[in-house]
Amino acid sequence: MMPAVYSASTPLAQSGGETLVQVKQASKHFDVSEPWLNRLIERKPRRFLHAVDQVSFEIKKGETFGLVGESGCGKSTVARLLVGLYDCSGGEVRFEGYPIQDIDRIKESDTTSLRRKIQMIFQDPYASLNPRWTVGQIVAEPLKVHRMLESRSAILERVALLLGQVGLAASDAARYPHQFSGGQRQRISIARALASEPEFLVCDEPTSALDVSVQAQVLNLMKDLQKQRGLTYLFISHNLAVVRHVSDRVGVMYLGRLVEVAPNDVLFEKALHPYTRMLLDAIPDLERTGKDRTPVAGEVPNPLAPPSGCAFHPRCPKAKARCQRERPALTMVDETRQVACFAISDPDFDKRDAR
Amino acid sequence: MPSIQNYNSDQYGEAPLLELRHLQVEFPTRKGLLRALDDVSFSIMRGETLGVVGESGAGKSLTGAAIIGLLEPPGRIAGGEIWLEGRRIDSHSPEAMRKLRGKEIAAIFQDPLTSLNPLFTVGRQLTDTIQTHLSLTYSQSRQRAVELLARTGIPAPELRIDHYPHQFSGGMRQRVVIALALAADPKLIVADEPTTALDVSIQAQIIRLLKQVSRDLGTSIMLITHDMGVIAETADRVAVMYAGRVAEIGAVDAMIHRPKHPYTKGLMASIPSIRAHRDRLAQIEGAMPRLDVIPKGCAFNPRCAARFSRCLIERPELQDAGESRAACWALSQ
Repeated sequence: MMPAVYSASTPLAQSGGETLVQVKQASKHFDVSEPWLNRLIERKPRRFLHAVDQVSFEIKKGETFGLVGESGCGKSTVARLLVGLYDCSGGEVRFEGYPIQDIDRIKESDTTSLRRKIQMIFQDPYASLNPRWTVGQIVAEPLKVHRMLESRSAILERVALLLGQVGLAASDAARYPHQFSGGQRQRISIARALASEPEFLVCDEPTSALDVSVQAQVLNLMKDLQKQRGLTYLFISHNLAVVRHVSDRVGVMYLGRLVEVAPNDVLFEKALHPYTRMLLDAIPDLERTGKDRTPVAGEVPNPLAPPSGCAFHPRCPKAKARCQRERPALTMVDETRQVACFAISDPDFDKRDAR
Repeated sequence: MPSIQNYNSDQYGEAPLLELRHLQVEFPTRKGLLRALDDVSFSIMRGETLGVVGESGAGKSLTGAAIIGLLEPPGRIAGGEIWLEGRRIDSHSPEAMRKLRGKEIAAIFQDPLTSLNPLFTVGRQLTDTIQTHLSLTYSQSRQRAVELLARTGIPAPELRIDHYPHQFSGGMRQRVVIALALAADPKLIVADEPTTALDVSIQAQIIRLLKQVSRDLGTSIMLITHDMGVIAETADRVAVMYAGRVAEIGAVDAMIHRPKHPYTKGLMASIPSIRAHRDRLAQIEGAMPRLDVIPKGCAFNPRCAARFSRCLIERPELQDAGESRAACWALSQ
């Protein structure tokens, strides 16, 4: 086992801002074993998928933390751990200092629990809205669940206000989701998420299903709302350009592990981890018309059988023997950024034996 | 090789490989006729990659489907012509189209798993396609299948040829689909969102492969995608579609850096960039109209900041706009 490395928390916390969300060595394993009888007869072992493996980071009040990575790297599992939809298999997630699994029980007043402060926006606005409910019912639901408003007229008034804030008309409350376009449906999701006056929004690929011109509208809206309400975002996307546009700090994930965490500009201009650099280099870019480049070979390994040591070593141009044996921990390399790579953190790395 | 710079192929004297002339596609519905493609005209030269971009519902995929003769009924070609190497193909019978498809025009779709038959080995699917279109013996076609797999960058093709699609990863599967498309040396490949389902690092590999194929074999590619980044790296020319019409068409560099049509301008400005940090993205208000409520005159007029009285009444045709051709009245003033 790796020693617990908590280097994440201290220096970052000092750099100003109150920590809202703390993720400490959080892991999520899924049991993907064969059924019991098959294991008995065919002598198959139990198998676990390490979807998220000892991930630590913090999100400060009012900031946007971006999480990027390729499909299957565990981004969405992290999102679900953060809102408490999954329980951690190891480590913990804390919101305002309270363990996330207790969030429903901690009362902030007679009626509402801390839960109302965390909301989620999903990728597919078609699937995340109930087609049989009117928009008014959908947006009013959090108000009713958290018993924030009692009278019918007050709820209607609040729904109209919320719809106005996301750029829809108050009269839209009487319509059904299928009567709206994709961008408008995502606005409805945002209005619903805002209904309980949350502080922390977990956005899992909120614009991936949208066209670019509509994506721009939704991203601008999310930024405006953040300014007005002082919201904190966890923004998950596979689209690096979108993450660059919205985030203050960015974490890069590979096969369930965080490989690099850095402030936005630092990450996109001076990325250190070889995987981050490969990702940045792989993005098709408007400025590169007609140019050729050499893409990195290989694909993301099977997460059921991740490579030993550093999970990226089979594709890494810098890999040496140590990378196969040992797993690099996420360590601070300067005031603001953390990298999990021996080539960066080990001063004697270049002198070591090649593979 | 045709010049990459030319946006209007006719003036170079060379006959285009594929030409669409005023193509119209309609869907009869209970509520009336929906015109999904309206007067779409463009051409593709030999060895050229034409990118077709637009938002969902703009008619990009439908244009591709019309060319390969796979319009989903009740959709039908209601007007216009499609010419391939001087032959008109839109009037072909389904039987004649079936012979043409795969041999002269091949298609690559977004999801590689649904374009491959899960019950047959990739070798079987490749040799079937080869033997359908080329007169080769089984062992010759198997040999060709191995070569195709090798060409598309699949390691150990002699071994992999006997594997089933599920034994390949997403990126490798898309390579198999490309090998399948190349089976009978087609002149044109219609690639509909070929990299959309793939991760960025794999996407970069597939883009490179498509470019290599186009360069080495002289195959023309019609690349349909919503991702401007992919277009920028792959295409020679770009056609931007809006509400079933071509809004602007021109050389890729001019289209990205010096677009003329207000829609193309808005589209380019709304794309977040990985290189530069902007506080706010430019946004086009509203959304593309549904097919049953396309406004009179220019389809873009309700969202356009430059509109004037003529845009509300008369529909603009594609016209010379310097480096590109754009359908906009504001440019002819």
